[in-house]
Amino acid sequence: MKWGVITFPGSLDDGDALYALREVMGQEAIALWHADERLYGVECVVLPGGFSYGDYLRCGALARFSPVMKSVARFARDGGLVLGICNGFQILCEARLLPGALTRNRSLSFICDRVALRVENASTPLTRLFSVGDVIRLPIKHGAGLFVASDEELALVEKRGQVLLRYVNAEGQATDEANPNGSLNNIAAIANETFNVFGLMPHPEHAVEADLGGEDGLKLFYSLVAEDR
Amino acid sequence: MRVEVFVTPREGILDPQGRAVEHSLKSLGFELVSGVRVGKYIVLELATESPAQARQLAEQMCEQLLANTVIEDYRIRVEGE
Repeated sequence: MKWGVITFPGSLDDGDALYALREVMGQEAIALWHADERLYGVECVVLPGGFSYGDYLRCGALARFSPVMKSVARFARDGGLVLGICNGFQILCEARLLPGALTRNRSLSFICDRVALRVENASTPLTRLFSVGDVIRLPIKHGAGLFVASDEELALVEKRGQVLLRYVNAEGQATDEANPNGSLNNIAAIANETFNVFGLMPHPEHAVEADLGGEDGLKLFYSLVAEDR
Repeated sequence: MRVEVFVTPREGILDPQGRAVEHSLKSLGFELVSGVRVGKYIVLELATESPAQARQLAEQMCEQLLANTVIEDYRIRVEGE
């Protein structure tokens, strides 16, 4: 599968995403540039973590107007696979390609940690190699990861099965103590209504080698590869 | 024409900053305080003499960029209106 990883001014994890895809997974992955509208025929676009445009105004608010985002929006509407990680998730929400929004952590602190996550829906392109209820561990590092949506929207997102991962404790329960940032319903990852656009606050690209703390992230990427037709 | 835009967390949306500031104000002894919301204040100049046009443009700016209406409300003040 051909992947593209977008670099915005202020992206930080583009290199790690490319490393995971190319070096660890042996996939074809190219770097995409925010100012270039072309997607060069990639089959999955990754919006990496970082602080695009310095998080000015709101996290992800300005990256949304990058030339490349016009193509990403079109690509997503046509059913293309789009994965937003951390800042990429924020950008996709700002671009209204995903429901809700991400705002300041309830602690107001930047969090750098490794968290347990429970798979909520295993029949999506991002999670198809998992089973519902699987608990995985991924790193998080963010200051604005509190997922919010209106009551109506949240109810719809839950009803349609768009919640993919929830923050849980060691026993796999979505308790308030296990919620690192105050996200509504402990939500850590969601999909759009048509299940081709995905956003997650945890970083799968930082969890691809056992020697470096775990490889649970790989399985998410491989799920998308399995989706390749 | 000078336009001022006030962006605040939407009613009912959790505002961790507002809550922390309210907490600090109370610990300073301002016990009468409640309902603190922390937002943004944006000032801009528009090259028009029409307050109506200025307001209309500012509204478009808020809807498209200055506010995220999923989580934020905005209020616009137009000079001379």
